[in-house]
Amino acid sequence: MSKKQYSFYPGCSSQKAASASNYLTSVASMCDVLNIQLNEIPDWNCCAASIGYAGGGELPRLTLSARNIALSEQANPGQDIVATCAACWLATKETQERLHKEAELMKETNEALAAAGLKVKADQNVRHMVEVLIEDFGYDALGEHVKKPLTGVKIAGYVGCQTNRPFGIAGESFENPKYLDKLVETMGGEPVENYDKKVSCCGGALAFSEPEKSQALIKDIIEAAYDGGADMIVTPCPVCQMNVEVYQGQINQKYGTKFSMPVVYYSTLMAVAYGKSSKEAGLDGQVIRAKKLEEIADK
Amino acid sequence: MTDLNTAMIEKYRTNFLKEVEANVEEGEWVKMCMQCGVCSGSCPFGPHWEHPPQEIFMMIRAGKREEVLTSSSMWMCTSCYNCIVRCPRGLPITHIMHGLAHYAKRLGLAPKEQPTAKFAQLFWDNLTKKGRVNELMLGLQLYFMNGFAEGIKTSLKMKDVGLGMWKAKRLNPLEILGGHSCKDTSGLRAMLAKAREIEDAKIAKFGR
Repeated sequence: MSKKQYSFYPGCSSQKAASASNYLTSVASMCDVLNIQLNEIPDWNCCAASIGYAGGGELPRLTLSARNIALSEQANPGQDIVATCAACWLATKETQERLHKEAELMKETNEALAAAGLKVKADQNVRHMVEVLIEDFGYDALGEHVKKPLTGVKIAGYVGCQTNRPFGIAGESFENPKYLDKLVETMGGEPVENYDKKVSCCGGALAFSEPEKSQALIKDIIEAAYDGGADMIVTPCPVCQMNVEVYQGQINQKYGTKFSMPVVYYSTLMAVAYGKSSKEAGLDGQVIRAKKLEEIADK
Repeated sequence: MTDLNTAMIEKYRTNFLKEVEANVEEGEWVKMCMQCGVCSGSCPFGPHWEHPPQEIFMMIRAGKREEVLTSSSMWMCTSCYNCIVRCPRGLPITHIMHGLAHYAKRLGLAPKEQPTAKFAQLFWDNLTKKGRVNELMLGLQLYFMNGFAEGIKTSLKMKDVGLGMWKAKRLNPLEILGGHSCKDTSGLRAMLAKAREIEDAKIAKFGR
């Protein structure tokens, strides 16, 4: 199979020793097997995520993403932009679509970009990594590379919000998207049926500013996974991953629960199933160890 | 920005809806709300809103300027986009809430001690400094945003979370020395200043 190339927007949380650096580790291992070449956008900047709106107005925020798109057009012409982070994808895609549709916004954005010596056309697609996997490969092709099926591992597919709404993955519903379950199955694992909190919110950035309100939501997300008999939760979003994993100690203290539920990325599952080592799959980046995956990876 | 606030009150004395339509992101959609309440029922923070979204929309139309802009309500938006995909009229509610929150902040009317209003500003200041988020500094600023004593208390409470992240190599204490950065920070700042200038000029035009 020939090499597939994409213009890659990794985002702040994926940087070295940042909160989702383990996500990038597993994505790199997964891409290695699938013969995907990710060409990083040079000098990319933060997209302002979903919480930049207090200080940043509409145009400054959109201009941030426009800068990334402009740099991508320069360095990686003709390549779709691919993001692994849900918020990066959402912000960049929103900007690309709006620039495409709104002539005045395009004019103002380019006026601002000119101050940095840049110009944007915004005619290239902006895609989440999951879309690349499903649309450019498909489940059957993804399954062909499985060396160590995740037999006997029961996994709750927590899709969360921003890879699901407002854009979502083509062909999936907002209320019950199936792609994580299908990916789990493709890797030889067992998806939790009817996972109640599949598309519920973890509080997002408000887990920082409103910890108690958010942790009440997170508690329900973990509880529903236990109810479904899950060994672990899988997610496509760095904020979902962190929120659902790292506050379990605090939630246990407050609610008297005994949660110890690993939360991994789809790329973690794939790297392990593809025969990569624990380290290559980013399993050393788990705050709550995913022991069942470590056992398979170390086999 | 009290001057801007005064100018806006003068300009739109009798019509807050027009003010919102002209100055708030996606504000022109507000009149389309049919008060069904699906947004409020779909919101993960629904019970915590002083005035849930459909109420905010009605209050805008009823001219309740002060009550809307000083409300903590919009700051309850977690950006889950549930309301957007469920709204039968297709209102971009999440964007309108972000827009209202930003407009309230710009006019100096946002509640001063609202934690998300503070955190969101910290986030913006953090990312615009070097073009990329410094997670360590953001966390520390968050813990200490309500003063030193409170900061020490929060830091102690968060100690185990931080240690867990550090052991998993997902938190770098050295980021305190500066951390990740874009190369062209001056270009980035010039670009943002220009964008802000364009936006301010538009609002000022409506204000006059």
